[in-house]
Amino acid sequence: MMNNIYKKFEQASIALFAMASSMAWAVNDLPGGPAVRQLNLHPPVTKIAEEQVWLHWFMLIICTVIFVAVFGVMFYSIWKHRKSAGHKAASFHESLKVEIAWTVVPFVIVILMALPATKAVVASKDTSNADLTIKATGYQWKWGYDYIKGEGEGIGFISTLDNAQREMSNSGNPEPTDNYLLKVDNPLVVPVNQKVRIITTSNDVIHSFAVNSFGIKQDAIPGFVRDTWFRAEKTGDFYGQCQELCGKEHAYMPIHVKVVSAEEYTAWVADQNKKLAAKQDDPNKVWAMADLMQKGEKVYAANCQACHQASGKGMGPIKTLDGAAVVLDADASKQIKVMLNGQNNLTMPAWKQLSDSEIAAVISFTKNNWSNKTGQLVQPAQVLAARQ
Amino acid sequence: MSAVLHPHGHGADHAHDDHHGAPHGWRRWVYATNHKDIGTLYLLFAFTMLIIGGVLALGIRAELFKPGLQLVNPELFNQLTTMHGLIMVFGAIMPAFVGFANWMIPLQIGAADMAFARMNNFSFWLMIPAALILAGSFFMPGGAPAGGWTLYAPLSLQMGPSMDAAIFALHILGASSIMGSINIIVTILNMRAPGMTLMKMPMFVWTWLITAYLLIAVMPVLAGAITMTLTDRHFGTTFFNPAAGGDPVMFQHIFWFFGHPEVYIMILPAFGIISQIIPAFSRKKLFGYASMVYATSSIAILSFIVWAHHMYTTGMPVTGQLFFMYATMLISVPTGVKVFNWVATMWKGSMTFETPMLFAVGFIFVFTMGGFTGLILAMAPIDLQLQDGYYVVAHFHYVLVAGSLFTMFAGYYYWAPKWTGVMYNETRGKIHFWWTLISFNVTFFPMHFLGLAGMPRRYADYPMQFADFNALASVGGFAFGIAQVYFFFFVVLPTMRGKGEPAPQRPWEAAEGLEWEVPSPAPFHTFETPPKLNRDATRIVA
Repeated sequence: MMNNIYKKFEQASIALFAMASSMAWAVNDLPGGPAVRQLNLHPPVTKIAEEQVWLHWFMLIICTVIFVAVFGVMFYSIWKHRKSAGHKAASFHESLKVEIAWTVVPFVIVILMALPATKAVVASKDTSNADLTIKATGYQWKWGYDYIKGEGEGIGFISTLDNAQREMSNSGNPEPTDNYLLKVDNPLVVPVNQKVRIITTSNDVIHSFAVNSFGIKQDAIPGFVRDTWFRAEKTGDFYGQCQELCGKEHAYMPIHVKVVSAEEYTAWVADQNKKLAAKQDDPNKVWAMADLMQKGEKVYAANCQACHQASGKGMGPIKTLDGAAVVLDADASKQIKVMLNGQNNLTMPAWKQLSDSEIAAVISFTKNNWSNKTGQLVQPAQVLAARQ
Repeated sequence: MSAVLHPHGHGADHAHDDHHGAPHGWRRWVYATNHKDIGTLYLLFAFTMLIIGGVLALGIRAELFKPGLQLVNPELFNQLTTMHGLIMVFGAIMPAFVGFANWMIPLQIGAADMAFARMNNFSFWLMIPAALILAGSFFMPGGAPAGGWTLYAPLSLQMGPSMDAAIFALHILGASSIMGSINIIVTILNMRAPGMTLMKMPMFVWTWLITAYLLIAVMPVLAGAITMTLTDRHFGTTFFNPAAGGDPVMFQHIFWFFGHPEVYIMILPAFGIISQIIPAFSRKKLFGYASMVYATSSIAILSFIVWAHHMYTTGMPVTGQLFFMYATMLISVPTGVKVFNWVATMWKGSMTFETPMLFAVGFIFVFTMGGFTGLILAMAPIDLQLQDGYYVVAHFHYVLVAGSLFTMFAGYYYWAPKWTGVMYNETRGKIHFWWTLISFNVTFFPMHFLGLAGMPRRYADYPMQFADFNALASVGGFAFGIAQVYFFFFVVLPTMRGKGEPAPQRPWEAAEGLEWEVPSPAPFHTFETPPKLNRDATRIVA
């Protein structure tokens, strides 16, 4: 009997360890993101990050030397001054000279440490003369990017975690993926070797915009704007994640920055402007049911599904949409209002950043999906009217 | 028979005791006014909360064992991290040190009891409803608070009714702490035996005196911050609500003005305990007693001007960042003085390594690592990489677990013979020490690497490159948890039941202080008439 239980336990633990280690074989380092079993800071791609890596080594070495010295003395004493080794206790218990020395010397060391750090602080705070200014807005739970000044002015989009990865996370057994929880639909694109100023703010609670390789981390605070800057010296993909607890999907709002050459950037801007023009809503266009449903399903998957679930039933404090009174109500303005302003202390966030057609489509979708068969349609014009 | 459970098992001076001796049964505990009984209650309460908080932590570690969500959803995960923090800080560490203070301060200064015996009872029993409300918030609609133990606005404004329960519980715990502090300050300042001058007091008493002042200074600040949160939530104020002109960052300033002294509240009494144990087992007087007192005071004073180092990434002006960086780095000087003094105390001593000494030396070693990572985090430019990541998690567990918790174990092994009248089992103590030390480092050392590689804290799921170190930390975490269950059932419980060798009055050869002048177990009433002390105030002269 005992033997049996022991065998089962053994099998279970072997399975557990196999699971944990097999993962490690399958996953590779992600350039610009974390490496497998990474031990130190990310390889820097900005001057500031380089400075940070240097400072960290500088501090680590000084601290290690002091640590080894102090504990060398302590363990020597532990070994030599044991009672079992026959050591008799001395009787000294103060020495003004020694005590002054070990107050003054650490003080001097601390000042030496502070000097290079001061230089780095001042440099990291200098956000003047930026070539490109981008506003990063934290939403629960995605990032919005608006190009405010410089090449690409006027471009704006939302960047969301790939929904397939979010579902992999829920499944409890995600397949080995190098950019797991770091893949977004629309990365932030910036030119190489240009000073980019990031202005952060938030729509709801505090988030934090961070990219390790750039050495930047700046909280995004609702009602306030703060800024930081970087000048990436290499092209490539660089990753970060929201760093300030912002609610249940905190782990699922990554940051992906694509650093491209000046020419590629110009081409990207042109492409974006073209798309922007094409996306321009004609508020007076009347949509057909099929088109609204198709668009609405996409909007739902990208924005609503994380909380309300594919089934529309929600979970925990998240309300159900399937059969909900406000969804079934013939007066669509109620639901439009919830979408634009949020509800329940913004547990249901405000979605006014979505376009009129997106809001119209997703409302129409919820009104005609699952067991909701109202047959009602909401047109972009109604949303536009409700915004005013 | 042990004094902890059976107060009437002891010797000669009994005739007087019976007169107003210990009440029996539940009355003894509910109506407790005896500092020793209340100390025992505090310690048992704190251990219970340690286990509850520990179970929550193991929930976190189990979920993080591998990528993907297997056991809890992100909502519950956030509740676990939040409640783990609140319970450990307010339910385990702080009450445990108050328990030590209740037991030891009157014994160490030659006082008959705490100054305000009934207030002492009240401040303990207030904690029970507070703990029930706090732990019960898991069963409220929407679950427990999930905004992190720091309760940052405006996230705290989104929480369900359990947030109000937590605020209420913290208010009660704060009131309890303030009463406890007043009691400790008055006891120390007014009830010392003749000859026990301030500069002859044992270090534990000194550190608690300073800690009690810190508590009185900052608990009302926390009360203010959470009251503002409460009125923002329900009464239409907008202190922290940006939509109506409030400032969320103001909450952080107020919170950390409480929060930073709070971390010293949790470590200064630990310094005191270590400063008593190291000399006892080195058979040598504490090196630099006066400088220890001054260092402790400087740490306490500096702790009021460093709070914003928790907020480097909120976007302070450059001068603000520099000021808080310099002030924070300055704290390493008095802290270093303490470590040097301990090492100098050991130097040319005649050391033995019973469990209290093992935990004390283990403390110095591991706590110093936490100190150095603190210095590294204090550097604002490096903090931009590490803020709100696992490096910070590693750092504060090195100073709170290896700091505060290890010293409490050390203090338990050191004083339990006096409390219970029996010696703990030395082999089991050593097993507990090595098991704890090793599993602690297996749990928290890999978190430094995770932090440097950029893993944010409070994440229910993480990129797969972080998987191996997380699995390792989880295994270590469970081993650490089991070690503490072992400690309770195989070390603490036998001594409480009086099983083990009877402890002599002076179980430690060179331990100094008035607590060793009374028999083991300490009689229910001690020092009913002020003792006459020798010149050092370490012995009673007839």
